[in-house]
Amino acid sequence: MSSNIPILEIKKLQACVNDTEILKNLSLKINKGEIHAIMGPNGSGKSTFSKIIAGHPAYKISNGDILFNGKSILNLEPEERSYLGIFLAFQYPVEIPGVTNLNFLEQAYSSKLKAIKEKELDSFKILEYISKKAQSIDMSETFLYRNLNEGFSGGEKKRNEILQMVVLDPEIAILDETDSGLDIDALQTISKGINTFMNDKKAIVLITHYQRLLDYIKPTFVHVMRNGKIIKTGDFSLAQKLELKGYEWLEEV
Amino acid sequence: MINQSDKTSNREIINLANQPYKYGFRTNIEGDTIKKGLTEDVIRIISKKKDEPDFLLKFRLKAFEKWKKMKCPEWSQLNFPEINFQDVIYYSAPKQTEQLKNINEVDPQLLNVFEKLGIPLTEQKRLTNVAVDAVFDSVSVATTFQKELQQYGVIFCPISEAIRKHSDLIKKYLGTVVPIGDNYFSALNSAVFTDGSFCYIPKNTKCPLELSTYFRINEQKSGQFERTLIIAEENSQVSYLEGCTAPMYDENQLHAAIVEIIALKNAKIKYSTVQNWYSGNKKGKGGVYNFVTKRGLCAGHNSKISWTQVETGSGITWKYPSCVLVGDNSQGEFYSVSLTNNYQQTDTGSKMIHIGKNTRSQIISKGISMGNSKNTYRGFININNKALGARNYSQCDSLLIGNSSNANTFPYIFVQNSTAKVEHEASASTIDEEQIFYLLQRCFSLEKAIAIIVTGFCSEVYEKLPSEFSVEADFLLNLKLEGSIG
Repeated sequence: MSSNIPILEIKKLQACVNDTEILKNLSLKINKGEIHAIMGPNGSGKSTFSKIIAGHPAYKISNGDILFNGKSILNLEPEERSYLGIFLAFQYPVEIPGVTNLNFLEQAYSSKLKAIKEKELDSFKILEYISKKAQSIDMSETFLYRNLNEGFSGGEKKRNEILQMVVLDPEIAILDETDSGLDIDALQTISKGINTFMNDKKAIVLITHYQRLLDYIKPTFVHVMRNGKIIKTGDFSLAQKLELKGYEWLEEV
Repeated sequence: MINQSDKTSNREIINLANQPYKYGFRTNIEGDTIKKGLTEDVIRIISKKKDEPDFLLKFRLKAFEKWKKMKCPEWSQLNFPEINFQDVIYYSAPKQTEQLKNINEVDPQLLNVFEKLGIPLTEQKRLTNVAVDAVFDSVSVATTFQKELQQYGVIFCPISEAIRKHSDLIKKYLGTVVPIGDNYFSALNSAVFTDGSFCYIPKNTKCPLELSTYFRINEQKSGQFERTLIIAEENSQVSYLEGCTAPMYDENQLHAAIVEIIALKNAKIKYSTVQNWYSGNKKGKGGVYNFVTKRGLCAGHNSKISWTQVETGSGITWKYPSCVLVGDNSQGEFYSVSLTNNYQQTDTGSKMIHIGKNTRSQIISKGISMGNSKNTYRGFININNKALGARNYSQCDSLLIGNSSNANTFPYIFVQNSTAKVEHEASASTIDEEQIFYLLQRCFSLEKAIAIIVTGFCSEVYEKLPSEFSVEADFLLNLKLEGSIG
């Protein structure tokens, strides 16, 4: 495999919901081993961006392309994208009443194995695998027996997203404000989980409002998004500058 | 312009197909079938064929007289053409020449039928923790573990056998919970019932096995009118399970059963049903009419009756498993999952009649409607003026899948004293698009995503089923869901 093909390449992407244009000519290239932070004021299109990559049906792509390992994924269903190894940690994870976290994780992991034509595991092996993953990010096993996100605190929901990420072991993970609403301890745990997950074959996109997360997870690039496009790209120092000065000093290009 | 939503919205949860009905095979077994139609003579023939004592023939004839004066009720939310009761066969039995001494004498072809349905009956293969009474059309063909149960004093046998061998118990209890004139179909059943199960649990006994009856309708024109009677004496306990399937026919088959259960002081009865009668084809042709009267009497102090049902089959289901709470501190429960697809119709729910002091009841009903089906919950809570401190809690949740299905809730509540507490909660929802997207993002296929949401929706009820059957029930429901997504 040639390593110079980016995991994810977004080419001049334009997207709208109903008739409102939300992404305007957005381009971004993400290579293996890179961590990209996307920052920007509220309403700049960051969450939309993440949902579009994952294939949310509410958005229409009016122009441009999204390539995953060099192949367009525009015509793929959300689940087909997830089989490929695209993971989205949701800003607001949904609750599924009556379904235990364990049952959900087991089924998710089995479907993934089946989809990528790996040998499926029996339920004991899967339980062992999931428990180990939970331990690796300091999540107590009692989490597994609670109903999926039902009655979870904001922080617990976010940690649960990270658990799902490490269980499904995607190639690229887009984390949409996973740090919002977390206390310092939880932030450290989550960061630890993300850092353990990351290696030179994977990539991460962090959507965040705060430099705080980036103190724990060092980004390769920091992008500023505004009005549906990336208006500035820099390194970690850009995040520091934003923390001090806000977004106003940035002129739209 | 590429529209990311095109493909997904085309896959909207519309109802294209039903999973083919797995149990739809028909068996050619030589039958002893009387000609169709209902007359006094037919009733006499049935009674004679079953070698019944005189009191039972009188019981039947009295019921027939009542039935002739009654009219088919019209208050339900069900649409079906008038039933021609003269076009139904009231007795059909697999031919057997003499009384069987043991299971090895049962026609192997019949044993095969049940084995094919997952209910092996022979001693080598039978289920180890469940005693099964297998009913084929009008008669019981085999009951497993009868001898073993006898050691505990538990009687578990076809009701026709009980009528001959335990006529004192039959005389004492038959028709006491569901009187013959209770309703149109109970009168009909009382006149023509052919078989069913009888269970008697003696004092201070916890029944060591799950008791189970498996009903199979085979004959095309035959109605199935089974009758079940369960009596739990003081301080006894039993868990009973009922399963049902039928072959696929274009014409509707009639099933009008009665289940009567009686719990004396401190007795506990748990009655679970997994109903999977043939539900008709995609266009609604065929399917079983399931018009059943199920009622439990908590006669004694502190007694408890619990109904759990998972209903996925039948063209039309019309039934309200109920509890009459006479004993002080007695408890009634009703847990139900009802899934309808295509053109199925159900009108189901429960009645809780509080008569004793401090009686308690709980109803949890989960209705799932898909396709063009119609799913109605109807509940009746009656708190008598003497039922001081009585409490009821009812919860009815409906889940609608697709745009053409229909869900209704009709709660009737009558409270005649001021010390009672009655709560009713109801919800109706559709499957949330964001839940689906979340699951798709987590590697679920659309079908699996819907299945896990439905499983979660029903989990409160599954928890009430005996464990081995809750897995089975969930499996059954998922089978029904498969192929229902476009």
